[in-house]
Amino acid sequence: MAMIRRILLALALSGLLAPAVWAQQFITVASTTSTEQSGLFKHLLPVFEKKTGTRIRVVALGTGQALDMGRRGDADVVFVHDKEAEEKFIAEGFGVQRFEVMYNDFVLVGPKTDPAKVAGGKSIIEAYRKIAAAAAPFASRGDKSGTQATELRLWKSAAIDPQTGKGAWYRETGSGMGPTLNTASAMNAYAFTDRGTWLSFKNRGELVIVVEGDEQLFNQYGVMLVNPAKHPHVKKELGQAFVDWVISADGQKVIADYKIGADQLFFPNAGR
Amino acid sequence: MNSLGEAFAAAWRLIAGFDAELAQVVGLSLQVSLIAVVIATLIGLPIGAMIAVGRFRGRQTLIVLLNALMGLPPVVVGLVVYLLLSRAGPLGNLGILFTPTAMVIAQTVLITPIIAALSRQIIEDAWREYDEQLRSLGARRINAAMTLIWDTRFSLLTILLAGFGRAAAEVGAVMIVGGNIAGVTRVMTTTIALETSKGDLPLALGLGIVLITLVIVLNALAAVIREMALRRYG
Amino acid sequence: MLPLELDQLTFSAGNAAIIRGISARIEAGPRTVILGPNGAGKSVLMRLCHGLLTPTGGRIVWHGAMNGGKSVDVRRHQAMVFQRPVMLRRSALANVMYGLKLAGKSRNQSGLRAMDVLEVVGLAQHAARPARVLSGGEQQRLALARAWALGPDVLFLDEPTANLDPASTQDIENIINAIHASGTKIIMTTHNLGQARRLGDEILFISNGRLMEHTPIDKFFRQPASSEAAAFIKGEMPWQ
Repeated sequence: MAMIRRILLALALSGLLAPAVWAQQFITVASTTSTEQSGLFKHLLPVFEKKTGTRIRVVALGTGQALDMGRRGDADVVFVHDKEAEEKFIAEGFGVQRFEVMYNDFVLVGPKTDPAKVAGGKSIIEAYRKIAAAAAPFASRGDKSGTQATELRLWKSAAIDPQTGKGAWYRETGSGMGPTLNTASAMNAYAFTDRGTWLSFKNRGELVIVVEGDEQLFNQYGVMLVNPAKHPHVKKELGQAFVDWVISADGQKVIADYKIGADQLFFPNAGR
Repeated sequence: MNSLGEAFAAAWRLIAGFDAELAQVVGLSLQVSLIAVVIATLIGLPIGAMIAVGRFRGRQTLIVLLNALMGLPPVVVGLVVYLLLSRAGPLGNLGILFTPTAMVIAQTVLITPIIAALSRQIIEDAWREYDEQLRSLGARRINAAMTLIWDTRFSLLTILLAGFGRAAAEVGAVMIVGGNIAGVTRVMTTTIALETSKGDLPLALGLGIVLITLVIVLNALAAVIREMALRRYG
Repeated sequence: MLPLELDQLTFSAGNAAIIRGISARIEAGPRTVILGPNGAGKSVLMRLCHGLLTPTGGRIVWHGAMNGGKSVDVRRHQAMVFQRPVMLRRSALANVMYGLKLAGKSRNQSGLRAMDVLEVVGLAQHAARPARVLSGGEQQRLALARAWALGPDVLFLDEPTANLDPASTQDIENIINAIHASGTKIIMTTHNLGQARRLGDEILFISNGRLMEHTPIDKFFRQPASSEAAAFIKGEMPWQ
């Protein structure tokens, strides 16, 4: 008797897990931590939701994981920032078409004390060389994110293999941008981050921006609909509606309007 | 020390303000973990009881295995459940990845071994005391199991609280299978992780204090119930 | 159920032989008391008869039951009271009803029968109280009530008053006699020779796992046949 009552209670409670909002249509967008944690999505998505009545469910991982989600069919749209990886995604047939959406830039942050003496420099490659030479602590994400991909490309351009410093000055945290910045802040280390995350990051400690403005630090975001040919259950109409809106004049304006204080974080550049 | 003070201030602001978003997050945390405990009990308790009073080959091995499963890392459980529920996985058609249902499943998997292993121990200890008397009165093993569950109910309640605590406190499993989607699968622990990522440590700590307070309140309630019942039943 | 025949019964635990070939025939009627020094095997013998332990050799045959008592249900016609009563965490009434419900009686029937028995043993006013808050003597009375309610043909008692004060002991003895008077066979162990005298009609004297004597009570005390029995009586009652 007590058994039956307990089962019914459980079922009733789980009924609570199906609130009215679930009747609403939604799409799943796999994106990066920089778009979510910078607050962009909180600003951008409600506009779309109000306009179309479609809820957007964002799963914020790194670029690599987001693309993997797309490959597995667990997302309808991917919104990431690693052009090479995105083009590979399309070439493999997992995405329909890649559209550029917006850009921001990366910056190098480091301790005020600046042991490698890179502050104020205009070349990221130069800065990397100095850091490696000084064996100054450098906190890297060490994951498959878009930021990480760019960081590694720049090391390569500087003809330095940071792995030689592994465990000594090159510290891979294997985590997202936020936790990596937390670690850098605690260790007084240099770190490579996107400006959006940095602007909304609150635990800076002694860290400041030391290098910025190099055109190598350009960070392009792209959006793609996951290919319904590969994954028939993908919500292609709703997903395409989102993609179309984000690159439309409307969506682009909302992106441009997002500021923290006086700083604009992302610069729309679709169709250019 | 400063951040601790800031944290308590943040916690107080959160509780006093109690905005809709926080309410939603707290509500979901409680729902997911409570339902997981209920299901885990429905599965784990009978298993624990039957092993406690049973006699069969491999019993000792099973007990060792059950005890070991108590140490299942949440993140591993999350990963396995994710791979099962992913569209690319065997149960993908159910489409329940990134929903609270997936979170309940993951947490249930996590705490069922705890409930089974600990109740097995409690009931086996009681069985040693009750064994001859129950058999003398004509109880078969299954009667004995049910009788012992009822007679050890106060100790078992503590086990349920332990299970709930484990569920409410974990972040690894629910993060992976839930995706920490705002308004849908965001719970207290994943919110704390998120705010920590964003470097907002006082807020994260504040949320942590709210979470701990909730768990304390629940435990206090259970203690009161236990006291009242003990007085009635001896 | 009775007569009960034990045929070359043996029982070992690990390497230790506890019961070394006991043969006896226990008839319906007389109150049987099993006596013997500590470690003689009295408790083990009772548990073997009641089916709580399985003999390692020999047979136990209930001649009065179907099939010589081969089915498990033989235990339905027996009950046992232990030295320490094990009470379930529920009311006194619920404890007495427990065995009845296990035997298939309806809740109603169980409740009525349980109340009747509680009346007889003088615990009716405690029926609703949690069994565990009752005193030692009351709990043992409750255990007796619980056993009696089942209407067993045989009631085993293992040192039922060893932990009780004299007043409670007397209560228990009175109840045992009442149960006997209602037609149930009593088989009981005790340390207390005085109690054996009061409650016994025949004695089984066990020493070192063997049955030394099986005699009516008067004869046992006047003229114990074995030297072990004589020593035992002398040891327990040195003024004899």
